[in-house]
Amino acid sequence: MAESHIATEHAASHPALQHHFENMEQQREAGALGMWVFLVTEIMFFGGMFLAYTLYRTKFPLEFASASNHLSLAMGTINTGVLIFSSFTMAFAVYSAQTGKQRAQVVSLVLTILLGLTFLGIKAVEYYDKYRDSLIPGRLFPGRPFNPAGVHLLPGADPRHVEMFYWIYFAMTGMHAVHMIIGVGVLSVITFFAARGRYGPEYHNPVEITGLYWHFVDIIWIFLFPLLYLLGRHLEHGG
Amino acid sequence: MSEHIVQLKVYVTIFLALLVGTALTVMAGLHDFPGKLNVIIALTIAVVKATLVVLYFMHVRYSSRLIWVVFTSALFWLVILFALTFSDYWTRCWLPVC
Repeated sequence: MAESHIATEHAASHPALQHHFENMEQQREAGALGMWVFLVTEIMFFGGMFLAYTLYRTKFPLEFASASNHLSLAMGTINTGVLIFSSFTMAFAVYSAQTGKQRAQVVSLVLTILLGLTFLGIKAVEYYDKYRDSLIPGRLFPGRPFNPAGVHLLPGADPRHVEMFYWIYFAMTGMHAVHMIIGVGVLSVITFFAARGRYGPEYHNPVEITGLYWHFVDIIWIFLFPLLYLLGRHLEHGG
Repeated sequence: MSEHIVQLKVYVTIFLALLVGTALTVMAGLHDFPGKLNVIIALTIAVVKATLVVLYFMHVRYSSRLIWVVFTSALFWLVILFALTFSDYWTRCWLPVC
């Protein structure tokens, strides 16, 4: 009796409604909750690296400040702006889906992808600069083992501990970049379906959930930028 | 609980606030403040920016209690991770053993 009632209700509902959900609202809420649970595990994952950063920064403050000053503040700042802009276009894509603006949705999704790629491009230039200056930790590239000679050391800094900053810099920005690449991949699939008109006011879970992930990756950078690029900068400039 | 649609002007306001926050953190980073103030200012701005993203871009402000609980649990475990680790590392030299 009850089952046949649900079955009739389903038959009349949106084609995207899965059979194990009662209605679209429950399905939407469950999807968002699932992504949030995943993001909690991501917060713990990055939390471990932020912990390592804090421990080594307190252990080698002068070495970390010296190495941090060698990073390009201009490229870091531009990338922060690019990522914030991409978060805005992502939020606008969700808004366009919710309000049924099909064209605006596709355009803002494409913009988000392009801004994500811009971020990765600038990051690649920064990584190349580290390669050129022999600042890739370890002996990954033949003929370019890590050499802190290019880093201007603050008085009292020990050149032997500079490498630790670059291990943490590459681990954290590298994992962040991996998340960006995955995000661009997921966004490409979402954009493909959005262009075919799959998402509208009734059903837009995938756009919303991808948005949650994209904003999370933005938040990680919001913390990485001051911690890696800015702290210790004043020692160089303020004197 | 039905879905709340955040208005466009809210998104634009948050976007501009995030850009201002970025500009402020760069300016503050180049200025030499006394003591640990540089670190405190940088982290405060970052926390404010992250909070704006979570509340508005990620819609947590308009979400159900369940989402709030899940998100807060992450912060709760993060505090345990940091507090217990630092209670070890930062107190090792309180006794004359190291």
